[in-house]
Amino acid sequence: MHTKTLAELARDLKARKLSSEELTRSYLARIERFNPQLNAFITVLQEEALAAARAADARIKRADANALTGLPLAHKDIFCTAGVKTSCGSKMLDNFVSPYDATVVERFRQAGMVLLGKTNMDEFAMGSSNETSFYGPVKNPWDPTRVPGGSSGGSAAAVAARLAPAATGTDTGGSIRQPAALTGLTGIKPTYGRVSRYGMIAFASSLDQAGVITYTAEDAALLLGAMAGFDPRDSTSVDRPVPDYTAELERPLKGLRIGLPKEFFDQGLDGRVGAAVHAALTIYKKLGAEVRDISLPNFWLSVPTYYVVAPAECSSNLSRFDGVRFGHRCESPVDLMDLYTRSRGEGFGAEVKRRIMTGTYVLSAGYYDAYYLKAQKTRTLIRQDFIAAFENVDVIMGPSTPTPAFGLGEKTEDPITMYLNDIYANGVNLAGLPGISIPMGFVDKLPVGLQIIGNYFDEARLLSAAHQYQRETDWHRQIPRGFE
Amino acid sequence: MALTPDEVRSIARLARLAISDRDIPRYADNLSRILDFVAQLDKADTTSVAPMAHPLDMSQRLREDAVTESNQRELFQKNAPQVEAGLYLVPKVIE
Repeated sequence: MHTKTLAELARDLKARKLSSEELTRSYLARIERFNPQLNAFITVLQEEALAAARAADARIKRADANALTGLPLAHKDIFCTAGVKTSCGSKMLDNFVSPYDATVVERFRQAGMVLLGKTNMDEFAMGSSNETSFYGPVKNPWDPTRVPGGSSGGSAAAVAARLAPAATGTDTGGSIRQPAALTGLTGIKPTYGRVSRYGMIAFASSLDQAGVITYTAEDAALLLGAMAGFDPRDSTSVDRPVPDYTAELERPLKGLRIGLPKEFFDQGLDGRVGAAVHAALTIYKKLGAEVRDISLPNFWLSVPTYYVVAPAECSSNLSRFDGVRFGHRCESPVDLMDLYTRSRGEGFGAEVKRRIMTGTYVLSAGYYDAYYLKAQKTRTLIRQDFIAAFENVDVIMGPSTPTPAFGLGEKTEDPITMYLNDIYANGVNLAGLPGISIPMGFVDKLPVGLQIIGNYFDEARLLSAAHQYQRETDWHRQIPRGFE
Repeated sequence: MALTPDEVRSIARLARLAISDRDIPRYADNLSRILDFVAQLDKADTTSVAPMAHPLDMSQRLREDAVTESNQRELFQKNAPQVEAGLYLVPKVIE
């Protein structure tokens, strides 16, 4: 049953071919067997999952179920989960048991989904390889010497290895799309404000957005419909109706205008990844879409802009970790300053400290205008490019990442080479747009992803474009060797 | 630009991060490289460009000034490193 998609499992549960308890036991057994070699989970919720599965079976029996009742999933350990350790991949929160549920967790819980566990991640979602986690790196199921991407690397590895049929993630600068691409999965980052950020531990509040990592666009549509929507507890949540994403999947692609930004194919891109994008476009043309060359002239500004804005917001958000009310506290502090500095110095890892210091520097008196204000202006330029492009095209397509998965330890020495892995992702977050990555082939036997970027709140179009490509291809059906 | 060890110590102090002397050169190197990288932004002409405040140009929503949360002090304090009589304990601040 672990080779089925979430939508297929939903149909089996509904038809009573399968009980949620059987399904849950099967995934728990796979987690027990395979997690030691992958390190995809930080916490496994064996007892809680079985109890939730039995409750779901009872709901199905009394015809009180919806499309998601009884389906298992895993949450990235950034989502606060009541009564469960929520670490955010950090020593700082290694002892933190959340007193409440994030809205995303609460909505899936109310739908009757079964939480298998909490997945590993880069510390505070800062990383593109899952190597910054306090709990150790996650291995890519396609090649254990390589990274699964990050920051939602545990979610991606868990789904790719069939240890969970779907998992949540968060995407501040590519943290859903990049790991989905590097593990052969579908990963969607919705429009900023589409999904509530309440209870999702903040990294960069103007960029953070929750989404899902699944096998197919159909699975993503099923989950996004339940997690999206207005939440008064998130001040940036958008009050706008949620479309029926599943019903929209079959919307014909005839006449779809696809923009191909020439800047995405410049130096830095592995030619074989570029060739895979062009092969995918051939399929879209066959489906009736039209490809147009476009330009995003300020694209080159996106990574440098991101590495001012995101660290600035992170330095502010992470100031709450002070060793006083929750989180790590150092031994025997001599005074309050010693308590703050040593608790934070010990609780945060190197990448988080680098970003907090970068953010502190760019926001400090005398530098604010040169860095932060400048970056907010270049951010406007980046957004204007996309708005102009969407006057002539319906979606933008390109690679999700410049290369397939890189080796563990390969990019840990120089932060800039690591940052550049998200070169095609960062701009989408800066502009607040939705983006999806779907499997589009293999390079060196490693999966690579096609990124589709949409206009604001146009998730339905992204999902239908992804779904119809997946009906023509079987890249998303490939399972890494040893996990079949 | 190259940050000096003293500049790194000063940034770490502002950020309330204890950094050991042994680690200072590595942070100086990494942060200098990051700042050099983001300095590319200087090449962009942003004359008369407004800084972006929100991706959707939305303003902050206001809510009624009403109590919406219940008091859950005991639950919240379960995560605290040190409490006494419902209070969070820290080292002595005032002599």
